[in-house]
Amino acid sequence: MESILKIEDLYIDYRVRRGLVKAVRGVSLEVYKGETLAIIGESGSGKTTLGLSIIKLLPSSARISQGKIWYQADGKKYEIVSLDGGKLRKFRWKEIAMVFQSALNAFNPVIRIWDHIVDTIDSHDVKITKEELRTKVLELLRLVQLDPDRVLRSYPHELSGGMRQRVLIALALLLDPNIIILDEPTTALDILSQRSIIELLKKIKKELNLTIILISHDLSLAAELADRVAVMYAGSLVEVGSVYDIFYRPLHPYTLGLIKAVPTVSTSFRELISIPGSPPDLIDLPPGCKFHPRCEYKKEECLREEPKLIGVFPNHYVACYRWEKIKYGKNN
Amino acid sequence: MEKIIELRNVNKFFTIGGGFFNPKKTLKVLENLNLSIRRGEILCLVGESGCGKTTTGKLIAGLIRPTSGEILFYGKDIWKMDKSEFKNYRRSVQIVHQDPYSSLNPVKNIYDTLSAPLLKHHIVSSNGQCEEKISELLEIVGLTPVEDFIYKYPHQLSGGQRQRVVIARALTLNPELIVADEAVSMLDVSIRLSIIRLLLSLKENFNMTFLFITHDLAMAKYFGWNGRIAVMYLGRIVEMGPTPKVLENPLHPYTKALLLAVPEADPEITRNKKVMELKSLDLPSLLNLPPGCRFSNRCPYMEPGKCDRIEPNLYEVEKEYYVACELYGRGV
Repeated sequence: MESILKIEDLYIDYRVRRGLVKAVRGVSLEVYKGETLAIIGESGSGKTTLGLSIIKLLPSSARISQGKIWYQADGKKYEIVSLDGGKLRKFRWKEIAMVFQSALNAFNPVIRIWDHIVDTIDSHDVKITKEELRTKVLELLRLVQLDPDRVLRSYPHELSGGMRQRVLIALALLLDPNIIILDEPTTALDILSQRSIIELLKKIKKELNLTIILISHDLSLAAELADRVAVMYAGSLVEVGSVYDIFYRPLHPYTLGLIKAVPTVSTSFRELISIPGSPPDLIDLPPGCKFHPRCEYKKEECLREEPKLIGVFPNHYVACYRWEKIKYGKNN
Repeated sequence: MEKIIELRNVNKFFTIGGGFFNPKKTLKVLENLNLSIRRGEILCLVGESGCGKTTTGKLIAGLIRPTSGEILFYGKDIWKMDKSEFKNYRRSVQIVHQDPYSSLNPVKNIYDTLSAPLLKHHIVSSNGQCEEKISELLEIVGLTPVEDFIYKYPHQLSGGQRQRVVIARALTLNPELIVADEAVSMLDVSIRLSIIRLLLSLKENFNMTFLFITHDLAMAKYFGWNGRIAVMYLGRIVEMGPTPKVLENPLHPYTKALLLAVPEADPEITRNKKVMELKSLDLPSLLNLPPGCRFSNRCPYMEPGKCDRIEPNLYEVEKEYYVACELYGRGV
């Protein structure tokens, strides 16, 4: 498979009064062209920070202390961490676009949807006539199943959550990016609007041959949409594999714990098992494996040194010394 | 079993607008609600945002007055009670809100938060007794060792720990019914289950009754498996019955649509679900409801001339099992 994005040993910190928040620690990850990769993790696991770093939109308190992000497509190659100024503006949104978390806050409340679109075009130095733009926008809005006449003249508050999310997706697709990053695309939505967004994402992926990076805490969204899943815990990747490997043959105790803790609707009733304890403080991390205080498989070696992410099966990576001990049948 | 709470023909209307350019309108948030909760049972209330589930919770907790209809506490109308009866009712019904970050006073530590209701309601008579009672409560909610937590402030606690404090506060007055309004929705996957476990232990150890309000069907299934579930749509109950029956063999098309729309944390199951195609993606506004059954404009089974004319009542299809659909019994 052809790789489109390659993150190499990335470290990101936030400076706060109490010290340094180590939000991303040594993440290496490859994204293949045309796939949907889900990055899952709980709040504070660093998944949004990782997502923002890919389009270089980190807040000013964040610092990339180490690492590189390579992007390569259509004969162009960029190193994202070192991009800036005009080059960055030409890269962002045209190559990689992002749909941000919480659909309402992503809009300026006092301008109409049409003006949002014009703003996006203006700020990315795109030369396009109003007529061409209009045709493009109408096409996109139809793709996301919105009525263009109504939506373009509306203010954000006049649209429902699901409609706003669809507008955001259309905005992200405006400059025909190769990759789109979706940060919690369905979190604040109701079940039925959530479903319509899921179906929409499946459709645009098929029609536009996009690469999608999905950032979510929701395992079921990953199960529904992803080809591959990367599980993040305390700023590091603990397991990466195909969606079937992750859900049916997890090798990291944290992944296993998550799967056992999530209830399902259509399968028969089963007992759930919770993960004891809570995630670590990112300023003051425990030594060794960051999951060891909550892990029932831990041994002395887990307290000494942090395990590295290693490939143990084809396309299945895990950062755990004890992965061979982790057994999970589909029915237990 | 004895009924703790009974709602008889309860309506709740809100008036909106009333400005010069904005004529007054009546928002019928709840219409003709009939519901009872028995001692020691779990009743789950599910539905999408705006369906009136939180309003129902507030009515039951006595935080707002119904526009018409009766809310009975052990057979007595709460809004016709004398002062001491009302006080007793208020003590017996406690509410746990969704957001543990905003439901605790940030400048009060746990001791202050919990001692205020204990002293105010004369549950304890001295400071010594107060401390004893607080330790007991913290042990019940699993904030141990007690000495580590008792003088902590909310910002020193994680989301899950804060929600435990909120639950401890709800328990201070020895309530019989807890209204849990999306009590675990904001918590992370790994924490959510431990709070659910805590609530279930209260039911087992103290015969606590629960009204569990949620949009998460899988959580309702897990928490309310031995109880009943009511599905609400735009201010009305459309289906109500024992949880296993409703979730495994739903009768109302809306319940079916919801169950089929929920993504599941299992790739094979979720990808093989046959999603119900609704005729409209968006929820109609409460100000502009379709005639007849309010789901008729979205329902794929809609029969013209019937569903768009008659507003269905809740029919009892078997003991304790109700559905509000004119087409029930015709293989829908």
